[in-house]
Amino acid sequence: MVEFHSPAAWEIGHKGRKLTAMKVAVCVKQIPDPADPGALDEATKCLKRDTKLILDESDSYGVEMALQLVDAAGGGEVVLISMAPNSEVNGLRTALAMGADQAILVSDDALAGSDALGTAKVLAAAIQRAEPDLVLAATESSDGYTGTVPEQIAEIMGLPSVTFAKSIVAADGSVNVQRQTEAGYDDVTCPLPCLVSVTAGVVEPRYPSFKGIMAAKSKPVDEVTIADLGIDAGSVGWAGAGQEIVAVEEAPAREAGEIIEDDGEAYQRIVSFLDELKVI
Amino acid sequence: MSVGTIWVLAEAAEGGVASITNEMLAKARQLSDDVVAVFGGDGAAIAEQVGAHGAGSVLATGDLGGALPGPSIAGAMAAAIAGGAAPAAILIGTTYSGRDVAGRLSVKLDAPVITNIVDLADEGGLVGTEPIFGGASNVKTKFTSDKPGIFLIRPKSFEAEATGGGAAAVNALEVPDLGATGTAVVTNSFVEASEGPKLDEAAVVVSGGRGLGESDKYELIESLASKLGAAPGASRAIVDAGWVPYSYQVGQTGKVVKPDVYIAAGISGATQHLVGMKGSKTIIAINKDAEAPIFGVADLGIVGDVHKVLPQLLEALAARG
Ligand SMILES: Cc1cc2nc3c(=O)[nH]c(=O)nc-3n(C[C@H](O)[C@H](O)[C@H](O)COP(=O)(O)OP(=O)(O)OC[C@H]3O[C@@H](n4cnc5c(N)ncnc54)[C@H](O)[C@@H]3O)c2cc1C
Ligand SMILES: Cc1cc2nc3c(=O)[nH]c(=O)nc-3n(C[C@H](O)[C@H](O)[C@H](O)COP(=O)(O)OP(=O)(O)OC[C@H]3O[C@@H](n4cnc5c(N)ncnc54)[C@H](O)[C@@H]3O)c2cc1C
Repeated sequence: MVEFHSPAAWEIGHKGRKLTAMKVAVCVKQIPDPADPGALDEATKCLKRDTKLILDESDSYGVEMALQLVDAAGGGEVVLISMAPNSEVNGLRTALAMGADQAILVSDDALAGSDALGTAKVLAAAIQRAEPDLVLAATESSDGYTGTVPEQIAEIMGLPSVTFAKSIVAADGSVNVQRQTEAGYDDVTCPLPCLVSVTAGVVEPRYPSFKGIMAAKSKPVDEVTIADLGIDAGSVGWAGAGQEIVAVEEAPAREAGEIIEDDGEAYQRIVSFLDELKVI
Repeated sequence: MSVGTIWVLAEAAEGGVASITNEMLAKARQLSDDVVAVFGGDGAAIAEQVGAHGAGSVLATGDLGGALPGPSIAGAMAAAIAGGAAPAAILIGTTYSGRDVAGRLSVKLDAPVITNIVDLADEGGLVGTEPIFGGASNVKTKFTSDKPGIFLIRPKSFEAEATGGGAAAVNALEVPDLGATGTAVVTNSFVEASEGPKLDEAAVVVSGGRGLGESDKYELIESLASKLGAAPGASRAIVDAGWVPYSYQVGQTGKVVKPDVYIAAGISGATQHLVGMKGSKTIIAINKDAEAPIFGVADLGIVGDVHKVLPQLLEALAARG
């Protein structure tokens, strides 16, 4: 297992540190283009990842939020954290081009087939290296969408957290977050260091400028293996998963319906249809 | 028939427990004789309702006093398990708080979470069914660890069922000291005003998408919804564009709806949208593109312009009074 600083040590490290310089770590997943139809590898039952990976759009909101928070704090640093196969940096370069300062990439063959908990263990250890004031992630990724990784990271690191943030304001060593609820939203106050997961649409992610794209090429990407992070291969990857995929089946398709071209009268068919269904 | 004790995370909603809670209780009852509701609140307040839906007892923390449910409930569950409680499975709804509880608990137990589950069966071990690629395929995952199985269940996967049971016995569940992880507090709760039936409970849902062209045209959806006693819904495209609040969103990252009738106007039918509404009994789609994937699931499809069809439909309905 990874040795983490105890929460107490975190507090001492951050005590008295005013938010004049804020260090934000942003988890960014690099995924196959969602526009390409996905496929499972027959042998491993894992999503195929043989194409170039891109920045998950869900994470572009976290990157933008981090850049805005650092701006508002009057300075600081945005560090990207990613776990991806084959030393993939394509998605990281996009986020660096948006303005992030540097990245830590964990790439290791032993991580193939990791479940969400294994992923969280690895990301937590990588985040620990950066010693951020705040950790941001998306509420769920576009490809795996278990939506459990951020909260798992927070628990592993012994941090408080707020998920489903609609807005974040940092002040006086804490963050004030509007958290989405079933009925509306809650105002939540949470002391730093902490983790916040953001929903899509919270901010408008900026497009990388030409200057940004050029600058991104020389920004530091620190690539590490799980051995560098002190993680035992048995606790992550497929070996650590504790679950077994027993079958992949085609779901029954819906029967084809009645399709008609509107000739100006199609609305009448909707009326009679609703009538048959006794909706009206 | 029994797989051992099953815990079901109960969540409060307006006027009692949330529908997802009763849905999960029904499934738990099919799999086990010993179903326990776990609640981050006052157990007495829900004892009758969960008892009537199959829970024999309630483990309740009492009022959380502004603490977030994730660390508090996960902490309390883990402490009870360390103290000897041995649930075979823990069913948690895919809700805002449910995912937090599942994530925190999985770390405390060092056990995986099996997510997005729409069916659960006992096949010499619990096997969960998870739809992928917008529901085109189902993945069945067997839980192989000797730890309690943590399952995140999608709303509307099971039919709630009253069992006629009496009030469940209430037992105290203690929240241990959470250290730093328990320091986030809710200072205020805002409820967005909404009229008419709730999106995930309505018998009829009328949803609009980017094909409406502009924000003002969403009025067409609202008028039709009010005419049909339906709840208005939306695709993510127009939620992200700020036309309607997030609470209107149907789909993978929004609400799952299973109404008797779902009307989709100007929605293409992306897999992430389909996941949220494919289970509707009857689907009516209006889209000007005959190739739009939404027609693949429609019982009645109109290839036409929403700006023509919807006003005509509203007029015809108004004429009927
Ligand atoms: C069909 C299928 C079903 C699966 N079912 C399960 C299951 O039931 N249980 C389970 O534990 N795993 C499951 N997995 C595996 C899971 O998707 C992966 O472990 C994945 O790496 C982690 O989860 P996620 O993308 O779902 O994360 P989420 O929790 O949805 O991600 C939330 C956020 O965390 C951050 N994040 C997540 N992964 C990374 C990363 N690699 N690098 C940087 N940031 C990241 C991002 O900000 C992301 O938006 C399944 C995978 C497949 C293909
Ligand atoms: C991780 C992730 C999660 C997502 N979650 C969700 C989710 O929960 N819910 C969701 O809905 N989406 C979700 N999406 C987005 C989804 O992929 C689609 O982008 C979105 O559903 C498209 O919305 P739309 O159908 O309104 O827009 P479009 O895809 O742009 O479709 C508009 C349609 O309107 C038609 N049209 C145009 N003009 C007219 C007219 N005058 N009359 C009739 N028809 C017209 C067009 O032919 C087209 O088919 C998610 C995406 C990702 C990556």
